Formats: sequence, C-alpha cells, structure tokens
Amino acid sequence: MGAKGFFTDTTICIGCKACEVACKQWNQLPDDGFSLTGMSYDNTAALGASTWRHVAFIERPVALSNQMADGFSWLFSSDVCKHCARAGCLESCPTGAIVRTEFESVFVQQDICNGCGYCVVNCPFGVIDRREDDGRAWKCTLCYDRLKNDMTPACAKACPTASIQFGDLDELRHRARGRVEMLHEQGMQEAYLYGDSAASQPGTEGLNAFFLLVDKPEVYNLPPDPVVPTKNVGQSWLSMAFAALGVAAVALGSVAASRHGGAR
Amino acid sequence: MGTSFGRGGATTFQQDLQNSDCIVIEGSNMAECHPVGFRWVMKAKERGATIIHVDPRFTRTSAVADIHVPIRAGSDIAFLGAIINYIVSNERYFKEYVVNYTNAPAIISEKYADTEDFDGLFGGWDEEKKQYDRTTWLYEGVDPDAAGGKKPGPRQPIRPEYTDPTLQHPRCVFQILKKHFARYTPEMVENICGIKPELFQKVAETLCKNSGRERTSAFCYAVGWTQHSVGVQYIRTAAIIQLLLGNMGRPGGGIMALRGHASIQGSTDIPTLYNLLPGYLPMPKAKHDKDFDTYIRFNESPSGWWGEFKKYAVSLLKAYYGEAATQENGWCFDRLPTLDGDHSHMNTVANMADGNVKGYFVVGENPTVGSMNGSLQRKGLRELEWLVVRDLNLIETAEFWRDSPEIERGELKSEDIATEVFFFPAAAHTEKEGSFTNTQRLLQWHHQAIDPPGDCQSELDFINQIGLRLKELYRDSTLPRDRAIQDLTWDYSNAESVLKEINGFTIADGKPVEGFTSLKDDGSTACGCWIYSGSYRDGINMTARRKPGSEQSWVAPEWAWAWPHNRRMLYNRASADPEGKPWSERKKYVWWDEEQKKWVGHDTPDFIVDRPPSYRPSKEARGKETISGVDPFVMQADGKGWIFAAAGLQDGPLPTHYEPEESVARNLLYDQQCNPTRMEWRRKDNPYHRAYSDPRFPYVVTTYRITEHHTAGGMSRWLSWLSELQPEMFCEVSPELAAMHGLKNGGWATIWTARGEIEARVLVTNRLRPLRIQGGDIHQIGLPYHWASRGLVRGDSANELIGFVGDPNVSIQESKVFTAMIAAGRRGKRRAVKQIDEMAWERDLPPAEGDHESSHNFKAEESKESNA
Repeated sequence: MGAKGFFTDTTICIGCKACEVACKQWNQLPDDGFSLTGMSYDNTAALGASTWRHVAFIERPVALSNQMADGFSWLFSSDVCKHCARAGCLESCPTGAIVRTEFESVFVQQDICNGCGYCVVNCPFGVIDRREDDGRAWKCTLCYDRLKNDMTPACAKACPTASIQFGDLDELRHRARGRVEMLHEQGMQEAYLYGDSAASQPGTEGLNAFFLLVDKPEVYNLPPDPVVPTKNVGQSWLSMAFAALGVAAVALGSVAASRHGGAR
Repeated sequence: MGTSFGRGGATTFQQDLQNSDCIVIEGSNMAECHPVGFRWVMKAKERGATIIHVDPRFTRTSAVADIHVPIRAGSDIAFLGAIINYIVSNERYFKEYVVNYTNAPAIISEKYADTEDFDGLFGGWDEEKKQYDRTTWLYEGVDPDAAGGKKPGPRQPIRPEYTDPTLQHPRCVFQILKKHFARYTPEMVENICGIKPELFQKVAETLCKNSGRERTSAFCYAVGWTQHSVGVQYIRTAAIIQLLLGNMGRPGGGIMALRGHASIQGSTDIPTLYNLLPGYLPMPKAKHDKDFDTYIRFNESPSGWWGEFKKYAVSLLKAYYGEAATQENGWCFDRLPTLDGDHSHMNTVANMADGNVKGYFVVGENPTVGSMNGSLQRKGLRELEWLVVRDLNLIETAEFWRDSPEIERGELKSEDIATEVFFFPAAAHTEKEGSFTNTQRLLQWHHQAIDPPGDCQSELDFINQIGLRLKELYRDSTLPRDRAIQDLTWDYSNAESVLKEINGFTIADGKPVEGFTSLKDDGSTACGCWIYSGSYRDGINMTARRKPGSEQSWVAPEWAWAWPHNRRMLYNRASADPEGKPWSERKKYVWWDEEQKKWVGHDTPDFIVDRPPSYRPSKEARGKETISGVDPFVMQADGKGWIFAAAGLQDGPLPTHYEPEESVARNLLYDQQCNPTRMEWRRKDNPYHRAYSDPRFPYVVTTYRITEHHTAGGMSRWLSWLSELQPEMFCEVSPELAAMHGLKNGGWATIWTARGEIEARVLVTNRLRPLRIQGGDIHQIGLPYHWASRGLVRGDSANELIGFVGDPNVSIQESKVFTAMIAAGRRGKRRAVKQIDEMAWERDLPPAEGDHESSHNFKAEESKESNA
C-alpha cells in the first residue's frame, strides 16, 4: 500500500473543471444549485458536502514573471481535501467514523457518522461539511473504492494536463521539488510548494494533497499557517488542569475563609 | 488548407505539438475548447517552447501562454500579413524549402493585377457579375486547377521554363507576394489591430527564431478564423507563413485545424456538405456534368494525385449502385442528384423562410440556438410542412412552435404555426457503436456499452430504417427518377458492415481492399470513401486498435487509424531536404533510404514510397507519374505548396485584409471596405448595420463557447454537473466599458443589434481591454452562445444578434465579429429597438443574380461607396 496522495501543480492547470465533473460523476454527487457567483468563472465557490473538488479562478492585476501579458494574470487551482498528516476531522470525531486508511488517506465511514459536526469546525481548511438532508459529514475519499481496485482517483484520471498528479507520496514530493527547481530555472521565481512537508507546515504536519503555488496561499483562499485545532489538545488539557487546580484552590480557599469567618 | 496544400484536413496531429519550439494559437481558445489535446501544448511548454496566444480576450489559453496578444476581432489578416512582410523583407524565410517545395518561383500570367493596383480588388473583377474572372490569376503558360478542381478546362503541371528559382522575376509568386504585403507594416498593425509595434515585433521574431532547419513552429486555429466573411483567407495567410518558414510536413510544425465536435472532420470527409461526395469528390453540377465522362473530364487532373480521380469515382458509384452500375450506363452516374445552385445552410434557411422548402431534417444540431439570426431560423421553421428533429433532449429547435422569443413577446401564437414536428429521441455515444473522425483525421472506434433506453435510436439505425422504407415505397415504381432509390445497394447488418463498404472491397470475392492504391476504374472494386480506404484492410477494424502509447513509438501508428493510409502527418516528404536527407537530426521524421530504395521514418511516408528524390517526370508523364521526387504536396497539380492560389478560390489568390461586414473602423489599407465577393442576404428579416462607425452600434462583439458547455447546449444544459458550473448566460466587458454604461459585475445588461436583443449577466473583467486604434479606444464585448429557453439552466441566445453573412468559398457564417450596443438592465417585454436603418440599406446595392457556376447565389456589391 504505502502513502498515496495528490500533487496539484497549479502552473499547468487550465481551469477546465474536468476534475469537478469527474468527481461528481464517479461519486454520484448532487449539484449545488444553479447560480452565477460573478466571481470570474468560478460558480462552484467552495468545497462542501457535495463538492469535493473546486477550481479557484483568480484574476490578478500582476503578470506572471515569465509571461508577456500587460500586467495581468489568471490563476487556476483545483482545491481538494488535503488528507492532513494530522487530521483535525479525524482526531475530533467522537464516534470513530473518520479513519486513516491503508493509503494514509482520511476517510469518513458513512454508516458510522452520526452527524455531530465536530469534524466541520476542526478542519483548518473548511473542507468537510454536513449534508443538509441527513446531517452526515462528507468529503473527498481519495476515491478509496477506486484505489482498492488499483485505479487512479477520478479527478487525476480526468485531468487533461496532468496538473493533478496522483501517486506515492514520496515520489510525488520528489517530482514536485524537481518541478519547482525547473520553474525557478525558467525564471518563475515565485513558484513554491504548499504543505509538502511537516517542516514547512508544522500545524498539519504536512499534507498528503499538496500544491505548487505562485502567489501567497491567501490568494488561493488557503490559510497561510494552518493549525489543526486538536494539535493543541494536550496544551488545552494542561491549561484546563491548571484552571481546575486554580478553581479548586479558590474553592478550598473560600471554604477555608468561610470556616475562618465562621470561627469568628 | 485544401487550396494551399491539397487536402482539407489538419496537416499534423496533436501529439506532435510536443515537438514544437513555438506554438501560435490564433482563432482558437484551445485550452477551453480542446482541453484534452491541449496537454501536448503544455508538454511543449514544459520543454521550453514559447506559446503565443493571439485573441481579443484573455482566456484560459492566454492564462498559460507565454505571450498574450490582444487583437481587434476581424483584423487577423492585417496582423498575419505583416508577419509575412517581416519574413520576406528581413529575408527570414527558409530559402531552400521555399524554392523547392512551394510555388514561390512560379511565374504568373501577364494578365494578373494585384490589390495594390486596384485599391483592394484583384484584376479580373467583373462589375456586372460581381465576381472575378479567375483566369487572370493563373500560372504563365499553364492552367492548373485547384486540387479536386471545380472548373472545367485543361490542367497541366507547372513547367520549369515558367519558373525562376532565383525568385527575382517581377512576376514570380515571391515578388508578387512581396509587393502585395509591402504595406502591411507594424504601424499598420497598430492602427488596424490595436497591437503595439513592440509586441508585434516580439511575435514575428519569436516565430522566425523558432523556424528553420533545427527548429519548427506550429499554428493552431479553430472557428475563430473560419467564421468570417474572409475566413478561408485567414487560414491561407497562416499557410503562407508556414510555407515561407519551412514548417510544413515537419515534426513540431504544420497547421492544426481544431474541429469543434467529435466528428466534424468526419462530416466533411464523408460529407454532410451539400457540394461534396465522400472523399472530396465534387458533387456533379447540373450545368456541365451531363454524363459520367464529362464529370471525369472536368475533375480528373492530368497531373498530381487527382489523376487517379476516375478510380475513386467509379469505385464510389459501385459502392452506391452495386450490380446496376456498369460501364455502359456510366456507372449509374445519372442516378446521382446534381447541383443546380447553392444549398448551403444559410441559403436553405432563407429559402425556407420564403416558403420554398417543404421538409427539414435536423440531426444532432440545434439551429435556432447554434446558428445565426435565431428569428430568421424560426421563421424558416414556421414555413415548413414538416420538421424532423433527432436529439438527446427536447431542444429549442423542436420546441420552436410553443417556446420562442416571438411567442414570449406576443407577436405570434402557437396555434398559428402549421409545421408538423416529429421528434425522435437519439441514442448517446455509449449506446451505439461506430467511429468518430477526430480533429487530426484519426478514425477511432467506440463500442456500445449499453442499449439505448426506450425509443432512442442510433443515427445508423435511423438512417438504415429510412433507407429500407424508401426502397419498399419505391419498389414498384416505373419512373426513371426512382431508379436512384431502386438501384441503391442497401444491406447493412451493423456499423462494421458500413465501415467495410467505406474501406472498399473487390467485387468478385467481397474481400476488403488494402487501400486506395488497390482501387480500379474498371468496376472491379467498390469503395464508399477512397481516403478511408485501408481502415478495414484484411477485414480487421483498424479504427478499433488501442495499443497503449507505452508499447509503441511516440507517433503511435497502432492507435486507431488515420486517413490517408494511416499517415499521421501530411506532406511529410517535406521533413527531408530535396536529396531526401533529414533537414536536421533534431527534426528527423521521414527520409529516403538509399539502401532499401524507399522512404522510411517514424510515420507512413506521405509520398510514393519507392520514388527516389532524384526522379523527374518526362514531358509525356500523366497523373501521378508527374509527381517529381521533390514534390511533397502530392495532391496539388504541381506538387508544390501554394503560396499563391492560382485556382480554387473566389476572393483572390492572395489573402487581403478586408474589414468584417460590420466594423468599427474603415479599412485603412484599401478603399475596398469588405470582401467584395462575400455572401450577403439582403432581406428585411436580415438587416445589416452600416459598414463602419454606425453610431447606433459602436462596439465590437465576438461570440464563443466555453469549456463547461457544448455548443448550442443540447448535450450540456440538461446535465446538472455541467449546468452548475456555468449556470447563466453572461457577457464579458472591460471595466472601462462597464463604467461608461453603468454595468455592474453580476448585474444585468441588454445587448442588441438590428437583428435581435438579448439580456445577460455581466462579468466585468480585465481579461477584456479597450484597444487603441487610429487614436481612439475601441471596446469589445464577449458573448458565449450556449444558452436558450429550455434545459436546466436558461438564458438568451447570442445568435439572436447575428446576421446572415458568409465567406464566398465555403459559405460559412461571420459569427466571430459584428457590431452591437449595450446598456445596463434587463430587456423589456417588447423590442425597444428600431431595426431598419435606411442608411445601412443604402450601402448595399441589390445582390447579383444567381449563378450556378459559382459556389453560391448571392453576391454583394463592393461597398466602397458605403456611408463615408
């Protein structure tokens, strides 16, 4: 098995949305309604319970460093669940519905999920969401059913330019670093990897679906320094222990004081 | 393409784009409309190739290109012509290639006069007929016809005594070309196209730098070039550039014609076009093709590959009429319908609107949405007795009688429309078997996965049933004209049996032929389409081959099958020098192997395989014996790539910049404003704007499609996963234009022309920029055309706005550029716009009378007197 994931190279994404359609078709997801957002060609707007791939369209008043285009550029980036090495959704799930698979992906078992929604608030990327009808939480499965049959996830399979690459994480990371070097050589100094390692993103301890970007994460609506909330659980417990001690001390103190007073 | 090189198909295949050093995408939004093939452009880019996108809008293609060149829609010939001028005047052409493989050295008739002499008109203009006497454009001393020619008359190969290999003769093609484009300068480009000289210089230089022995550049185009009143000449201009730079027939070079649907290439190969028979054999003309021998005489070329014409014609008639076709009865030639005029789409619809057409089959098309002038389209449908629509969904064309803007506005009532409409549900591609011919001439078989639901039928099943019923209906008729149906062979068991007939077989034993070289003119072979011959050789369905790319060379000759003869790259003889050696190691493709005495290489040679480079024809040579060892363009009568189109075109042997029918600018290069031979339909239901600077319609509009939808929407607007991605009709405008009219992003706008009025949501974006030409700003509005009144997502159709105007060579509509007006807010219930402007009518004199010899009936006056 081994760890599998996605490397999304946004510099060769052409914004065709084939990933969105392939994902919905394979996973038989419903539409999200038909309304124009007015945000460039992005009418999907965000990831959600029935949208597991979302292509962002960013019209930017800055040219790419290697492009002749009159102070303008149009960036595309296909967003997806990051399958974090430390997954907030998984760690906060009280029923054990969310598990880590043999592919190191993060998977929601729909027959166990009770719709409590703790995972929703514990995802630093806003990926996982509950369906309105039954309240259960849904997100990208990394096409677990396809992986079990030695098939590439639907989105990566459909991507015509290989912007979405699927494979062994080690190999993908190696390839991605080579690609950044190549872009730097070609003069695109702004290219960098987002979430490719625990060192570069300690808050998640690295993403199994990482990205090559050419502008700040915020531009792509990605958090610049995501931290999985459950990462602070230990600290919280410690603070709580101190707080509890404090409360106890106050309580004891007041009892003592009242006793003292009582003795007066 | 056919005129310049000999065949009307993309000269290369998309996988080969990865070998390009520079790719110019113009007249195409390849990333959005051909995303799968675009991966090869991205591969080239990864390798370090320069990608140039020339387009009025900054699209998803521009987003990943190295250079985006914003251009005024309809001005491409001025831009490309200036590149020709740059190449010629800076001596950047590939001299050895040009002298040997093109007609640049050919000397042209003394009678020839250029547009430079007549201010935008070529010599031979017949003021009365409103067309050219094209004999003034011929080679000195010879009369070559265009490949697959149309015009009666003798044809001979080019003769060495009428050439000048030094390219100095004042009447040689090269010198004529030089003079013709001399005034196409960077300054002219700036004032016509709105492109800054520095940017022009960058494109021209990048292209030249990446062409030659060691490097090659490719052009990709689509309907952004074809859909103009000068459409064919747009492509001619690119053809000339590619010939001058020596990029044809070489890896990483060529011209990639990108077709709009899965089998559009197939629908011209085995045509749905009215004026062609399968394999580009011309449809017989009532006026001169009196009998089979005359038809052959007019179309068989004494030189070049069309010397084989008779073999293909006889084999086709044998495929149609089987045993009934004999030498004595001219192979049943008289059973074929003959052309008595122009029956192209717009003419047919205009005739329909005039009540001259009884019935209409609409198969896989949605003309009230996808074709220009929606209201005229619907008027045509209303005048029919019956209409058959075959589609996946109940599209607008099928529902026109109860759902149309006219009915919505209260101008018409359903009960007043008498047309009887028959709707036949169609099977989807997964529900039927057959082949697609894709954009690169590749025939790919698809298998049936499931049965079609309910009454849904495949096209094959539908047409087969009609054929069987017609034969039954006319079985007992004694009328001679019904022999056309009685004699027809009609025995198809499945899709493969059709492919077998297309491939061709020997009559005696019914065995599939090897390829078109096995076809005979004695009636011993039958072949449904000679260029597809070989696709079923040895009884094997070659189109169904799917050997993975990893198990064969990058050319992948064992993936499906390409016409002709499984050649992936056409004219590939030109990838070797005149001696037959590769021009360079880096650009090696097909070459002469002296030991084996044949052409070898990565692809099937597009040449007579054992004809040595040193071969020269004798004076007595006929047919393909006239093809010399240095004639890579074997379909041409002279074997050369045509820089100068001595025959075959209505509007000139060299491309000339004419403004569109409706423009915001005067033609700066000539007094002649528009293409003098363009097709116009001057009727009250098809009003035009003034030729330029119409104060009512100050903006340029261009229409297009986007990735998320399929053309007129029949396949995408009923599908939730696609509909949600682009849920509403929108227009794209620059922030400057938005500010002028108070347009708000996400708000509504109304756009109108003399033909119609539509509303759309507004996207205000810097992807559209005002262009500065002749000291003023011009604004362009972008309109996709996918929506209409049915389906999951609805909106107005952009084609309501467009008038009938056409290119004179191929009758294609000018839908990529016209003028319009825009205002904020939604449209009202009633049309607010006065349609007819007397001044716009005055510009145009009445059309010329129909002439069956020309490719169309209606011709425009020259409009130089317009409304100055």
